[in-house]
Amino acid sequence: MSTGAVLELRGVGRVHGEGPTAVHALRDISLTLRSGELIAVMGPSGSGKSTLLHLAGGLDAPSDGAVLVEGTDLATLSRAELAAVRRRSLGYVFQDLNLIPALTAAENVALPRELDGVRARDARREALDALAEVGVGELADRFPDEMSGGQQQRVAIARALIGPRRLVLADEPTGALDSQTGEDVLRVLRARCDAGASGLLVTHEARHAAWADRVVFLRDGALVDDTGAAPPPEVLLTADGFG
Amino acid sequence: MRSGDRNGADAGEVPQRVPRDAAARARLSGTAVPDMPRLTGHTAYAYLVAMSIRHGLLALLERSPMYGYQLRHEFERSTGATWPLNVGQVYTTLARLERDGLVEQTGESDEDGKVVYRLTDAGHAELTGWFATPLAGADRPRDELAIKVALALTTPGVDVRSVLQTQRTATLRHLQELTRLKAVADGSEDTAWLLVLDSMIFRAEAEVRWLDHSETRLARLAATQRPAGASGPSTAVSTDEPSDEAVRR
Ligand SMILES: Nc1ncnc2c1ncn2[C@@H]1O[C@H](COP(=O)(O)OP(=O)(O)OP(=O)(O)O)[C@@H](O)[C@H]1O
Ligand SMILES: [Mg+2]
Repeated sequence: MSTGAVLELRGVGRVHGEGPTAVHALRDISLTLRSGELIAVMGPSGSGKSTLLHLAGGLDAPSDGAVLVEGTDLATLSRAELAAVRRRSLGYVFQDLNLIPALTAAENVALPRELDGVRARDARREALDALAEVGVGELADRFPDEMSGGQQQRVAIARALIGPRRLVLADEPTGALDSQTGEDVLRVLRARCDAGASGLLVTHEARHAAWADRVVFLRDGALVDDTGAAPPPEVLLTADGFG
Repeated sequence: MRSGDRNGADAGEVPQRVPRDAAARARLSGTAVPDMPRLTGHTAYAYLVAMSIRHGLLALLERSPMYGYQLRHEFERSTGATWPLNVGQVYTTLARLERDGLVEQTGESDEDGKVVYRLTDAGHAELTGWFATPLAGADRPRDELAIKVALALTTPGVDVRSVLQTQRTATLRHLQELTRLKAVADGSEDTAWLLVLDSMIFRAEAEVRWLDHSETRLARLAATQRPAGASGPSTAVSTDEPSDEAVRR
């Protein structure tokens, strides 16, 4: 089993603004995501979950601490290098999806691969596979405004999963999905991680978080609790909460 | 390690963990589990069946009259052959059912003197009634957790928020465990087991939602009770408590 850290947060903090109006969106977060591991992040609205994902994905820079992707401190990279890491190593499902309205589902999904230099035909074939994997293969040639919210969500997930991405960051990827479809999405993520990818998943749904190896809780920007990695069943006995 | 644990939910390790899991489950719901050591299969399925063994036997006899050992065999079969039911438990339950007039002996017996049982009309009515009647709130185990949290709120020196947090972490671990069992069972034909697992998963989820809701309620309460002068800039984030609508979109 590989124990390589795909993502490592070291004492990460993020402050918005300055002085008396400063908002501590995150404080002193340390977290390691290993190859094959799926970690779920839970916490109330405003607790810093999206901020955490943005930092992990190099879309935002920490005020304190360091973010390492596959051992590389993102702060040491040039803009171009950072963009390359984001494109090749990271798949991102945003809370607001971010599908490009002028592109079809298949084109949206194929885009990151084409940017990687993959030939258009191959990128399209990969896109069709990724769409089929999340159950919307038949919608490949529709535009985003011709799909339901849940269908768009699955297209966004397909885009994050396409190609050899090793780190998938997903912010509420099941938000617009019904119970069964949401679960299917989690199965896809789980299978990807079992196949060696790593996932960081923000969700409000405990039932979805439970597919993760580990669930961490954020409150007011701080990590307040953690189920630990793959708890042995005895934990059920020793946890005081069951008394 | 992780994948090993996942596989651990497979048959190999289950006999070890199941009784413990069921015990934890029982403590969670505030009920006692009779004869725990005999439960060696399908976690809560066995546990739930144990709770309604009477109706389980009645349901089997509804199919056809049977010998006691046949009942035992069928019982095991319907729990995926993972719950070796104690034959003594079958006969004890049969004796009670007979006493209550719900089953009777047909008069047939084999060379060992074992007798055949069948359902009486009263037994049939009991079974039909059981399926037709929804469980009333009062039939469910009392909600020990709600009582515990309510007590924590009014007991000096107890931090309710940490009680809620500890419970949420524990319940989430339980939910992870159930989800692993489900992932293992997914491909199987064992629909009954999957239905029971789903039921337990949704229950645990409801508990987490209630814990989230309670935490938000307490945080808001704390915010309104905080003296006006005490809320400086440093509390800007924590006083900005989320609304329930925002938490549970
Ligand atoms: N650009 C910004 N400027 C100032 N404050 C910000 C900015 N971005 C986020 N925040 C604040 O940081 C905190 C964390 O925000 P974040 O989006 O990470 O929360 P979240 O946990 O994802 O919430 P939700 O569940 O509602 O999506 C919030 O208090 C938010 O108002
Ligand atoms: Mg967010």
